[in-house]
Amino acid sequence: MKPRDATRRSFLGTGALAGAAWTACSAPEAEAPAETDQPSSLGTPVSRYGQRSPYEKAARGVRESQTPEAASSRTPLDQTYGIITPSALHFERHHAGVPEIDPATHKLLVHGLVDRPMAFSVDDIKRLPSVSRVHFVECSGNSGGEWSPAGAPTVALSHGLASCSEWTGVPLRILLEEAGIQPEAKWILAEGADACLMQRSATLEKALEEGLVAYGQNGEAIRPEQGYPMRLILPGWEGNTNVKWLRRIKLTAGPQYVKDETSKYTELMEDGTAWIFTFEMDAKSVITAPSGGHAIDGPGFLEISGLAWSGRGKITQAEVSTDGGQTWTEAELQTPVYSKAFTRFRLPWEWDGSETVLLSRCRDESGYLQPGRAELIEERGRKSAYHCNRIKGWRIAADGSVTNAEA
Amino acid sequence: MLKPSLLSVSILLGLGAAVVSAQSYGVGRPASAEEVAAWDVTIGPEGHELPEGSGTAKDGAQVYEVRCKECHGEEGVGGDHAALIGNPEQLKETPPVKTVGSYWPYATTLFDYTRRAMPFEEPGTLTADQVYAVTAYVLYLNGLVGEDDVLDRESLPQVVMPNRDGFVRDPR
Repeated sequence: MKPRDATRRSFLGTGALAGAAWTACSAPEAEAPAETDQPSSLGTPVSRYGQRSPYEKAARGVRESQTPEAASSRTPLDQTYGIITPSALHFERHHAGVPEIDPATHKLLVHGLVDRPMAFSVDDIKRLPSVSRVHFVECSGNSGGEWSPAGAPTVALSHGLASCSEWTGVPLRILLEEAGIQPEAKWILAEGADACLMQRSATLEKALEEGLVAYGQNGEAIRPEQGYPMRLILPGWEGNTNVKWLRRIKLTAGPQYVKDETSKYTELMEDGTAWIFTFEMDAKSVITAPSGGHAIDGPGFLEISGLAWSGRGKITQAEVSTDGGQTWTEAELQTPVYSKAFTRFRLPWEWDGSETVLLSRCRDESGYLQPGRAELIEERGRKSAYHCNRIKGWRIAADGSVTNAEA
Repeated sequence: MLKPSLLSVSILLGLGAAVVSAQSYGVGRPASAEEVAAWDVTIGPEGHELPEGSGTAKDGAQVYEVRCKECHGEEGVGGDHAALIGNPEQLKETPPVKTVGSYWPYATTLFDYTRRAMPFEEPGTLTADQVYAVTAYVLYLNGLVGEDDVLDRESLPQVVMPNRDGFVRDPR
């Protein structure tokens, strides 16, 4: 009981001090003693599964669609803190709706160029050695609107098809080796248990190096929208390859050229050719606070905060410009910095109340520096719809309103 | 050579613990040939895995009318969802026109995707004959097969899509 009493005393003490300070500053001549604001009745009892405060309204952004089962919802990045996206706010991109799967009947089939085709139940998977890793998942269509100079008006709309979780599961290598990898195998095909049996090809090399069959997300079971009871995680690779509701892995000699790696998720160049198997997500950053749609309540101190991530490893540097790109200041990175994960950066700022543009850019451990729009278009042309990682700006007006800054 | 992951398991188990086999954890069960065959719907670009069955564009026009037209439009254009007709020259337009005819590198992909994912609200409900037929119809509309050409596991992989050589591996 002692620690609890100590905590309570300390809490009350802080409250009394705060009350005194408020009284001193704003009503020095008040005669009545300050209210303690101590509740006079008990709060709600313990509960089996926690809910957020009714005052908190952060929600995924969902657009009207003729086919809401084949659509996306966006993480409100400006309403999340640190580097972990709450599972309930993790972005969604489904192609045939969220299947309802009973884990007791789900199985993962591993077959193809293997010595012994194997079937694993969810319980089987959970018996095997597990790892937990923090990784982002990003749709390669994220920031697609930023190919245009106009750009999207809020960070949810511009960058909200990316989220970051701690994923727990079994290294895919273990499952493949249980089946016995034959020497001719060079690729895998991963298939989901959704209504369209979503499929993607990936290299066996990636599968063995970093592939994870994840059943845990942020300390609990993966949410149905994220692939319950298990999904593939290929760290740093475009979101669509991280196949949800994973039910089948086939080892093959070559890629299968399925619809979602030919007609979609390929980069069309100006000359009519297209890049295929564009797996890695390039380094990207964005300021989340302040960001589009926010209103700054007057000049003074304001922390600038944002997120940076790269499919090629750790973020090594994030820089912020508070003058539209004339000068850049190194922001502090939240530690530890994880590889292929959201990295929070922060910069203290004193806003003088004048109109300006805030920008961020980042560098990853490969040495790659996030490009501006002109540089990106010089490399890719203007026909590509995916993999847009250009620098994003937010315009601060003199009245404190924050809007997209044209690139 | 003992794999690192197994080595660490053995160390963690410590004295007196059973030694975990370096070859296998013994977890999971062998999958039967029947259960693999039932689930293995993968169709690669060479089409070796294509099922029995056949169809022509003429047959496919009827399937299309009932199962596809509402979303993809009359003769593959003008619908609320993806247009199916085009040629690679249209990839140079702004915005580019990316369709089965203009962009897709393999006809096998059209069969595979139609069989497992279409129609959107009733995926997996077309028979193999219907999928061959409607695949033939879409290829016919793109001028790639004749109206009476029979598509089956032999002939479908022979169809050369106009943009087959249009893709290059990611140079980044």
